[in-house]
Amino acid sequence: MRSGVLFLLLALASTCLFGQVGTAELISKARQLDGQEVEFVGEAIGESMRRGDYVWLNLLESGGAIGIWAKRADMPAIRFFGSAAARGDTLRVRGVFHRSCPQHGGDLDIHAAALEVVARGELKQETLHAGRMALAAGLLLAAAAVFLSWRAKQKAKDRA
Amino acid sequence: MLAKPRLRDLKLICSYTGKVLIGVGLLMALPLLTALAFREWAAFVDFLVGLGAALLAGCALAWLGVGEGRPSWIHGMVTAGISWLAAMGVAAVPYWLSGHYLSYLDCMFDVMSGLTTTGLTLIQDLDHVSVSLNTWRHLLTFVGGQGIIVLALAFLSSAAGGGYPLYVGEAKDEKLFPSVLHTAKTIWKISLVYLAVGTVALWVAGMAIGISPLRALLHGLWVYMAAWSTGGFAPMSQNILYYHSLGYEVVTLLFFVSGSFNFALHHAVWRGERKEVFRNIETVSFAGSLAALTLIASWGLMRLGVYPGAVALFRKGFYQLISGHTTTGFMTLYARQLVLEWGDVALLAMILAMLLGGSACSTAGGFKALRVGILFKAIGQETRRLLKPGSAVFAQRFHYLGSRILGEAQVRSAALVVLMYLVIFALATLVGSLCGYPLLESAFEAASVSGNVGLSVGVTAASMPAVLKATYIFNMWAGRLEFMAVLATFGFIAAAVRRKGLA
Repeated sequence: MRSGVLFLLLALASTCLFGQVGTAELISKARQLDGQEVEFVGEAIGESMRRGDYVWLNLLESGGAIGIWAKRADMPAIRFFGSAAARGDTLRVRGVFHRSCPQHGGDLDIHAAALEVVARGELKQETLHAGRMALAAGLLLAAAAVFLSWRAKQKAKDRA
Repeated sequence: MLAKPRLRDLKLICSYTGKVLIGVGLLMALPLLTALAFREWAAFVDFLVGLGAALLAGCALAWLGVGEGRPSWIHGMVTAGISWLAAMGVAAVPYWLSGHYLSYLDCMFDVMSGLTTTGLTLIQDLDHVSVSLNTWRHLLTFVGGQGIIVLALAFLSSAAGGGYPLYVGEAKDEKLFPSVLHTAKTIWKISLVYLAVGTVALWVAGMAIGISPLRALLHGLWVYMAAWSTGGFAPMSQNILYYHSLGYEVVTLLFFVSGSFNFALHHAVWRGERKEVFRNIETVSFAGSLAALTLIASWGLMRLGVYPGAVALFRKGFYQLISGHTTTGFMTLYARQLVLEWGDVALLAMILAMLLGGSACSTAGGFKALRVGILFKAIGQETRRLLKPGSAVFAQRFHYLGSRILGEAQVRSAALVVLMYLVIFALATLVGSLCGYPLLESAFEAASVSGNVGLSVGVTAASMPAVLKATYIFNMWAGRLEFMAVLATFGFIAAAVRRKGLA
């Protein structure tokens, strides 16, 4: 019981320390948040890029995507990265925000202390429109007919 | 005043515009094959619709203009002006069908931005765009850099007869060879050789920074196309920031600087005339303005303590500045950071850099280094004239693929084009301000669209007013064609309307 209360208090304290922020807020309040611990939730896009014992990961939320610098050992298993074919896994990251990171050539980034997958992504279903297929066939046939007529008109003009 | 347009004039313009549209349609075969290779069936159908629409429109126009002989200057100019607008209309079809745009105007904005190698975009959810659509976006910017008419001349050989007016109409007046067809093919040869070299370089750089081989190849191809054409598109919404790599940034920088140089300079270097690089008025003018603006921007950024060290200053300050000066538009920071952090001095340096632009007869936009160099030479000549006796006669020389004497016609032509750029820059700034954007932000975005740059402080967005989108489309079109073709098109239409009917 006591440990449960302690856990709840710690959880509450942690949400106060690591306020969840979005990309737009990180950009607009960059000087204020510089060097602070923040919490960020976003969809993993593209792929993770290995750099020695670390990786770069880009997380996307409504205000834009942001770079996350994380230890490879801390990386959770990511099943899907956002692309045309899939909606990527959603990750929550806690870490130190840098307005202009001295380690990474001035990038606006977050150095992750903890990363977790909060929602799994999925493959997208492609929808084929029958109307568009018919339209494509019609346009191509019409183009072929006009092309043949153009060549015939050209030949007739050349003969004349 | 223009003579009354005759039916023959219209038929000639239809004929060549049709051939350009057929060229645009045939280009769609590349994203179509990409969609097939990556099993993107919905995109495959979208590109089939686009291909059909472009071929139908192109063949119909060509049918209307059968057998009307060689184009004159006015035909070339009007065809260039109209072809770019018509190409914008048909190339936007796959964009619209993709579902990544909120309106057809947004699609046309992105096509014009791509073709003019501007690089601003109104696309939604770029990070989830299909491989084939990304190929189309970057292909448009690559082809637009060399010129869609240069493409038609080079690959649709039947369009080559009397093609010089068409070539000039697209703001390319450098004849590498007496034959315009030979010149067009050489421009494409230079670009395709660089395409192979650049794609391999960025592919290797991509794999070195942890990108998987196939993805690194695709990104290498796309980013190279955007770099060489000084376009500024990228496959991810963070643009070049996505890669978080100094090495990748340096490789892109080398290619977009190369792309901003005159094709005639590339050709001279290929022929072994390497000294031309150091003597040419364009490279000297570009180096001088870049050095001066780098000092100003760096001073502005250092005064505000924006970046923590020299590396950050290079990767954020210099990279953005040279990206703007070459009219590329690649970014390694967020658009709003420019407004919120950079301060007025650095932003003004950026605006100047974007207006000055790269070299003539290259993929770059802006005033062009040649004109800036000529105007500075003219100022020097006038100063000398004031200081010397009235009877003194002297000639001002400059080096541009050989020693040349500065003539009044060159100065007048350079001054007129610069003046026209300033007029459209002022127009877009005014419309931006009237739409409620702050003056400095309006001016920044206006310089970006007028110089076909693509850097943004956040004004360009799908939510901006339609009138501002239309103004920016006009500025991108007029800036890319360097006004002659645009003025000729308006003059031709006015003459046709005023005279009420055709002869």
